[in-house]
Amino acid sequence: MRKIASSLPTCPAAIVLTVVLACSAVTLLPGCRKTPAKDGKLVIGLTLPSSSHPFFVFLKNSVMDEAQKLDVRVISADAEDVAAKQLSIVEDFVSQGVDAVLMAPISADALVPAVEALNRAKIPVATVDRQVSGGDVLVHVGADNVEGGRVAARYIVEKLAGKGNVIELEGAPGASPAIDRKKGFDEVIAGSQMKLLASQTAEFYRANGQTVMENLLQAHTDFQAVYAANDEMILGAIEALEAKNLGGARVVTVGYDVIPDAAEAIRKGRLTASVEQFPGQQARKALRFLVAKLRDGQSPPCKEVFLTPVVVDKDTLDKAEQKQP
Amino acid sequence: MKRVLLVALKRHGILVAFAVLCVAMSISSPAFLKPNNLLNIARQTSVHGIMAVGMTFVILTGGIDLSVGSLLALAGVVCAYLEHAGLPVTLVVAATLLAGALMGLVNGLVITKAKVTPFVVTLGTMSIARGLAHIATGAQPISQFGSSFRFLGAGEWLNVPVPVILFLLTVASASLILNRTRLGRYVYAIGGNTSAARLSGIAVGLHTTMAYVICGLTSALGAVVLTSRLNAAESIAGTGYELDVIASVVIGGTSLLGGRGSVGGTLVGALLIGTINNAMNLLLISSYYQLVVKGLIIVAAVILDRLREE
Repeated sequence: MRKIASSLPTCPAAIVLTVVLACSAVTLLPGCRKTPAKDGKLVIGLTLPSSSHPFFVFLKNSVMDEAQKLDVRVISADAEDVAAKQLSIVEDFVSQGVDAVLMAPISADALVPAVEALNRAKIPVATVDRQVSGGDVLVHVGADNVEGGRVAARYIVEKLAGKGNVIELEGAPGASPAIDRKKGFDEVIAGSQMKLLASQTAEFYRANGQTVMENLLQAHTDFQAVYAANDEMILGAIEALEAKNLGGARVVTVGYDVIPDAAEAIRKGRLTASVEQFPGQQARKALRFLVAKLRDGQSPPCKEVFLTPVVVDKDTLDKAEQKQP
Repeated sequence: MKRVLLVALKRHGILVAFAVLCVAMSISSPAFLKPNNLLNIARQTSVHGIMAVGMTFVILTGGIDLSVGSLLALAGVVCAYLEHAGLPVTLVVAATLLAGALMGLVNGLVITKAKVTPFVVTLGTMSIARGLAHIATGAQPISQFGSSFRFLGAGEWLNVPVPVILFLLTVASASLILNRTRLGRYVYAIGGNTSAARLSGIAVGLHTTMAYVICGLTSALGAVVLTSRLNAAESIAGTGYELDVIASVVIGGTSLLGGRGSVGGTLVGALLIGTINNAMNLLLISSYYQLVVKGLIIVAAVILDRLREE
């Protein structure tokens, strides 16, 4: 480390050049630069926790699609799963003078200051998918994750006629969708004749879903269902099950989100079912509420709109928003 | 008896820690010591383990590579696209490894030519490679591969999982390079004392760069194994892997200051982490406690290992 510290200042010119080049590349590249419209269109600032998760990619695409129909412009920024970053994005939106903000807050508490900043600037804000715990939000449109866990559990109980053992794969420890989905799922299983054999985290990742399932298979073989708090994990778990010849219809498998990969797996009979919480509808609804407020001063009928999650399987795949890969 | 134990502890701290964990586990879970589970642990350790072998080279030079998880994601995406394009498996693997080596070369060249600290350079490439992987895939998974490609991650040879064979081959070749070649000796010399190495005529820049190329290469091999094993490549793959990979190397007794350590230690370090993960699932430890338990065992293992030096 010593050598590096001493040699760091030797080429300031190169560093300056790199920075200048990088900055000019960012400003010149088409699509990299986003400023509010000068053409009189309404500008909506959109900020999602992450644009690298397929779920949020779909949410964003739905907003973009609806924005085109409503003839408004959307500028978006990715918070990279850091609450502080999302706060500064919203502050930037305020100084850019956007007309409204649509956000999926990373944290319910840490993003309250962001909402308060928007309130001070009299910019209407709507939340989608996740909520904030304070400030004045025009409307929240989301899915009830506790109910989502419940419908998944009810589906499994019904499918197995209330008998047997189930394994649960939890989401990232501490994340609110992980906590809520587990709460709803465990509640229904506890009230049934079925037994929760094991509940372990696979942190929402497919690779972890595979390894955790492989490990659990070492100790348990007497189970009839596996539920995971997202599709990524259940698809990983299915790879582990198939390697042990437990694939297909031998075990009831239920995921969450109905991502295109999961829809494909349901169609092929590799995955039994998944919970659809209509992210596309959520996003479109929230955007329409914001635009109605801006254009006609019309407030939404209530402060919270929850879409009821439903279980989608091979027979009901039509209901899924992302049927096609 | 007490002295014998103490000597054993001092000489082979990490092995003793590993043995203690295994004995404790075989008492508390009947499933643990079954041959199937041991092969299962070895298979699960392979991806991190292969990457940790490359990381050992980098850390031996006194550097660090934070970009390995992102390189794995980007190499995985390259691998998946080429497989879907219908290329023969050997070509898919060769091209993926080449891509990994090139990414490592970029790391190495910026570090040695522009003289920027490895921490900063690889922090940058960590972000760049992740971004490129997202751009290339639109953050959507690429899944379902042919059976000949799947053999690399899911297949078996003489009842041994193919990833384990690849892992052991990687360890063996790395051990040969480090102990029997000029490159290996230079890597130790550079990490031990860079100025002395330079004064004695060693091409420090070239050999440091080679360490990063090897690290990129092993990340790409990890990507091939993971993509094949999981039957999917994703731009979010390998998130946070750098921590487990660096931990494997350090637990294995390689000094973060460089110049001291071995790839054999890394093998044990990686197995220790793989065993902890397996053990926590078998014992059904709840997710919040898993984080604490894992951290405690890692720190305890390293303390045990440090006893050796005193």
